[in-house]
Amino acid sequence: MALILSVLEQGLIYGVMALGVYITYKILDFPDLTVDGSFPMGAAIAAVMISSGAHPLLTLFASFGAGALAGTATGLIHVKCRVRDLLSGIIMMTALYTVNLRITGKANVPLYHKVTIFENQMAGRLFGGALAPYGTLLLIATIAFGVKYLLDWYLGTHSGYLLRAVGDNNVFVTSMGVDKGMVKIVGLAISNGLVSLGGCLFAQQQRFFDSSMGTGTVVIGLASVIIGTSLLKKATLLRVTTSVMAGSVLYKACVALALRYMKVVNLQSKDLKLVTSVLFLFILLAAQERKKVKANA
Amino acid sequence: MLELRNIKKYYNQGTVNELCLFDNFNLSIPDHQFVSVVGSNGSGKTSMLNLVCGSIAADGGQILVNGKDITGKKEFERHQSIGRVFQDPAKGTCPSMTILENMSIADHKGNCYGLRRGKNKGKAGQYQELLRSLNLGLEDKLEVKAGSLSGGQRQALALLMATMSPIEFLILDEHTAALDPKTAELVMELTGRIVKEKQVTTIMVTHNLRYAVEYGNRLLMMHQGAAVMDCAGEEKARLQAEDIFQAFHEISMGYGN
Repeated sequence: MALILSVLEQGLIYGVMALGVYITYKILDFPDLTVDGSFPMGAAIAAVMISSGAHPLLTLFASFGAGALAGTATGLIHVKCRVRDLLSGIIMMTALYTVNLRITGKANVPLYHKVTIFENQMAGRLFGGALAPYGTLLLIATIAFGVKYLLDWYLGTHSGYLLRAVGDNNVFVTSMGVDKGMVKIVGLAISNGLVSLGGCLFAQQQRFFDSSMGTGTVVIGLASVIIGTSLLKKATLLRVTTSVMAGSVLYKACVALALRYMKVVNLQSKDLKLVTSVLFLFILLAAQERKKVKANA
Repeated sequence: MLELRNIKKYYNQGTVNELCLFDNFNLSIPDHQFVSVVGSNGSGKTSMLNLVCGSIAADGGQILVNGKDITGKKEFERHQSIGRVFQDPAKGTCPSMTILENMSIADHKGNCYGLRRGKNKGKAGQYQELLRSLNLGLEDKLEVKAGSLSGGQRQALALLMATMSPIEFLILDEHTAALDPKTAELVMELTGRIVKEKQVTTIMVTHNLRYAVEYGNRLLMMHQGAAVMDCAGEEKARLQAEDIFQAFHEISMGYGN
């Protein structure tokens, strides 16, 4: 039960991050590595603000804003300085590592016994009594689905249409008299804002910030997006954003199961990243469309 | 009024392969004119369109629209008053978006793409009417993704979308070249109808000499970065396909093609 609860909690938190990755990877067709820096950035901002006693709700907006700034910077490097997409992400990811350390001042910030978004009077009153064990999950679900609906709404606006168009056919966007560079920057800003928001929630749920917690975020995000969009492709009733969130929960479930059975096959927790990579590879293989005609038939 | 003044364009500048395409090229197109441009490969037809649209930069000279210099303007800025249809039908629409969404973007061209809802139910009927005029049965496919349409359907849709918003110039870059003869005919008829209806200044590059003769009220034959034949009005109306075929043959022969 505790396992299911933690899978759902973490799955939905990473789901918010995965929505950000979905924007860059699927909509913009931009492999954005900034994510590895903007996820811990949200966590760093949460850690500093919570430690200094700020209202936990404010951390959500602050981390989104900071992430959006990081995304804008990546966008400017790519669009204005004409640096390749992958490289501009790597530059920002590296820069953000220092920025995050500068924000917190140290590599590790514990957040035990602090007023976080999950542990405050409001949450205590809302989710008291029998609901108490599920309080954190309910709150995470509310925020995650709130974010999902906001994103759905945005993708249905004129501005959202352009975002979808620019990844699809950027010549078309230029023909519409719109600067495709600007559209990309906006997309990267929203994407990294969401990733940073995910990091902010993660730090408060885990009650710590660690400067190295961003490593591998992009892999988790990509795995979630690919599971969500490929394996759940048949479920046409689901919106893509919902599938991405579901993909994130599924991925977390896989990792949790892998962790549980790692001990059986004598693997240790230091092997986690390797297990994660192998898992990701299997997901990619499973998601590949079966070729109807053999290549050399 | 569109004017190209003393345009210079070089390719591979500073290398042994340097090629001077345009050397003081001049052209002026008055409002409401429909110019068909023909010429062999490498004669500068598409380069001329790209210069007008800002897809490539000129190495010298000026481009003026109604007397205003637009040479320094960016490609996307120029497109605010230009509609363009490409040879490749895939370039004119967004494949993963529905016809309705595609048309909504095109309809909104020139306005601010803000946070209002993109899908406007009230407009759907209007779009259906427009699609019905294509006679391709697209009016019942508003929710179908543009990527699943055939090349001809996509090109017709692209043409329709390029002319949905008020534009000053319509640029057609061999827009029937990738279509089968029957569909090409259909798209050309549609082109003629739209240009007549909207009275939009049009430049059409084509390899089909018959279309060049049949459509438009001015014909330009380009060769090695210059207009070797330029006739408009009465003179153009009297022109027969054989005449320009003959002329086309002569310039090609003269240069050993």
